Amino acid sequence: MGMREDDLKAMIASALPGAVVTITDLAGDNEHYSAHVVSESFRGLTRVAQHKAVYAALGGRMGGELHALQLTTAVPS
Amino acid sequence: MSDPATHDRIAKLVADHPVLLFMKGTPLFPQCGFSSRAIAMLDRLGIEYDTVDVLQDMEVRQGIKEFSDWPTIPQLYVKGEFIGGSDIMMEMWEAGELHQLMDGVPTRAE
Repeated sequence: MGMREDDLKAMIASALPGAVVTITDLAGDNEHYSAHVVSESFRGLTRVAQHKAVYAALGGRMGGELHALQLTTAVPS
Repeated sequence: MSDPATHDRIAKLVADHPVLLFMKGTPLFPQCGFSSRAIAMLDRLGIEYDTVDVLQDMEVRQGIKEFSDWPTIPQLYVKGEFIGGSDIMMEMWEAGELHQLMDGVPTRAE
């Protein structure tokens, strides 16, 4: 079971308005993605808090149907 | 929910080990790419660390996620503090922060 790339992107973008979300399907199987999320809302947050904000946007799928999501986060420069 | 005994057991593990990685498998035989990546970084740092194989302990496997409010494994703890998973370790590695974090941790005897 996997998730579509568009759904993944939409979930993150809707939870973090204004975020720039770049998704890469690493294996072409809807299972292994990398996501790079750049959001002003991350400013002042620790890395752990930034990642938790993205995980929260995914509503509990992380660690479940989304096993393999490589995540990097950043604030706009 | 995990029971309080599991939470206490995890808290003691974290308190007793300056650098502790909860992972799938062992350093020699990691059972997941993310755990493998975390081990590769710890090895490169050349410091002493300990690991817990969550595949051998279902209570810890579930309990650790609640302990840190973090949904995935591996999880790194340094000096009692939750640091993050392999992605955060990689970001910190590239920024030189992971090296700084290990200040005062004994280096591994060859």
